[in-house]
Amino acid sequence: MSQTVFAPWNDPDEKPLIQFRNVTKRFGDFIAIDNLTQDIYAKEFFALLGPSGCGKTTMMRMLAGFEAPTKGQIFIAGQDMARIPPNKRAVNMMFQSYALFPHLSVWDNIAFGLKREGKDKDAIAARVDEMLRLTRLSKFAKRKPHQISGGQRQRVALARSLAKAPKLLLLDEPLGALDKKLRQDTQFELMDIQEKTGTTFVIVTHDQEEAMTVASRVAVMDEGQIIQVATPAQIYEAPNSVYVADFIGDVNIISGRAKPNGEKVAIHWAEGQPDIIGTTATKFEAGQEIHFAIRPEKVAISTEEPADAANKTKGKVLDIAYLGNISTYHVELPTGHVVKAQTANTRRLSRRVITWEDPVWVSWTDTAGVLLER
Amino acid sequence: MRRFILIAVPYLWLVALFLIPFVIVLKISLSDVALARPPYMPQLDFAAGWSGLVSFFAELDFDNFWFLTTDDLYWKAYLSSLQIALVSTVLTLIVGYPIAYAMARAAPEWRPTLLMLVILPFWTSFLIRVYAWMGILANEGLLNQFLLWLGVINTPLTILNTNTAVYIGIVYTYLPFMILPIYSALERMDDSLLEAAEDLGCSRLSAFWLVTIPLSKNGIIAGCFLVFIPVIGEFVIPSLLGGSGTLMIGKVLWEEFFSNRDWPVASAVAVILLLILVIPIILFQRNEQKQREAEG
Repeated sequence: MSQTVFAPWNDPDEKPLIQFRNVTKRFGDFIAIDNLTQDIYAKEFFALLGPSGCGKTTMMRMLAGFEAPTKGQIFIAGQDMARIPPNKRAVNMMFQSYALFPHLSVWDNIAFGLKREGKDKDAIAARVDEMLRLTRLSKFAKRKPHQISGGQRQRVALARSLAKAPKLLLLDEPLGALDKKLRQDTQFELMDIQEKTGTTFVIVTHDQEEAMTVASRVAVMDEGQIIQVATPAQIYEAPNSVYVADFIGDVNIISGRAKPNGEKVAIHWAEGQPDIIGTTATKFEAGQEIHFAIRPEKVAISTEEPADAANKTKGKVLDIAYLGNISTYHVELPTGHVVKAQTANTRRLSRRVITWEDPVWVSWTDTAGVLLER
Repeated sequence: MRRFILIAVPYLWLVALFLIPFVIVLKISLSDVALARPPYMPQLDFAAGWSGLVSFFAELDFDNFWFLTTDDLYWKAYLSSLQIALVSTVLTLIVGYPIAYAMARAAPEWRPTLLMLVILPFWTSFLIRVYAWMGILANEGLLNQFLLWLGVINTPLTILNTNTAVYIGIVYTYLPFMILPIYSALERMDDSLLEAAEDLGCSRLSAFWLVTIPLSKNGIIAGCFLVFIPVIGEFVIPSLLGGSGTLMIGKVLWEEFFSNRDWPVASAVAVILLLILVIPIILFQRNEQKQREAEG
């Protein structure tokens, strides 16, 4: 059975819901957004990911209408949003602090936006009840925000922002205040609700795991620019730069000079060490500076010399980080480089053979890593 | 035991500085006026023993309270006091709310300075400030001179010794009591609530009505009581700025006491005033308690 993959960004006929066109936003001398152009499509779950101060929140606030671009244009559903105030946009936002009205009950908080639309009472009540059911809050309808837990408040905020059935829902660090377990549950809940309602979600987060879990596409941002936009898998497996590779997950970066050889590239990275062999589709000049990035779980560790590995080198175990399901070994090479290798702990601790100070082999195939120019 | 001592301190304070003086005033209000020193009868004579005590209580009566109902001056003064207090509370709110709002919206580094400016008038004597208003509002005062110089008016306005002057004086004097509680309510408000209201379809104005006003409600109520309660008994402002037409119970009380030397009637007026004030004071306490519960 063939299932069509949801990837409107690959379809040239698809019209984007949101278009950023050469948008720049300055606060005084500070450039928050630097000449940014980006399309976001309907029904996407689009994550803006980056460290604090990278401009992700500014992008979101421009979509909501709380900030106006200094230069450039933003279109939502083909309409230029320049002079449209927040209350006239078919966009709703879930605030980081939830911003629930403390003087109103849960029910009235959810009804707040609907009442402003001037709908009749029965329609409002029906919609609020629907939202309460969707977020499993029916029992708490009469409570005030300070009488419910943090997780429930977060769901009220979500219900309130969804009540008006916006074309676009903005989520500003929505799960920041929740503990890890609740956060994971809520992430799946969010995806579920996004699928049920068919709303386009744009989420701002600094938590890469969260972005990877929920998003259809992730935009990694730095200093007002989007460095890479791709699906979580592409971002992880094929980062376009050392910055992205380093920001998402754990990675080993080894820099050296390129020696192209057809599809393969040899990297000369240290005197007296065999060149690292990698595979790439991009063309590299001979002698060009090049960065080899490889994820720790793609590096194998063994006490015996592996027989048929494309890349192998000897080292000494410096540190072991035991995480329960997996362990990360920090292996120091004779050159001083430290390579992280990860293995799944399929055996009980007492049966494992590698320990501190042990001489070991680290090895990987010639397709395990990516070659990056910058 | 320690708890008992701790609680006893405020109670002793209340008994010594409120209850005992009140009992004395109540006693005087039940006495009769007399040409004596002090100017009322009967006097409590402990030397006469039990029979003296009995005759003392036998002579107390409610005649003075009865007298207050016979002369319409008194209830008119009470009503007029309530009316002046009500109107000036509303005026103080109208003037004070925008000031408190502007202060709460000002840049954080400005707020201590603005707060200081609101409190600063308290550093000068209240009496001097009221006299200053006489200089400003008089027929040949600063305000009239200024308006004549501008050419807005041809003849000086009569403001001093009218109710207008009383309202100006009261609003000026009690403004900080209105501003401070409203400011503290507004300052605590999270700005993202207003953004959320706008995001959900409110205009700026309706966000103000639906979010800002309800969230500053407790500050408004506290400020109104803090102005209303003392203004009812206000004496200095109406007697200095008001005219013969300004009828306020504080002024009546003063005249009974010092001009007529009728201490018993004056005391009766004071007792009734206290009974009138008990109602808003209890309501005020309720509001404070509700606010604490909502925050706790």
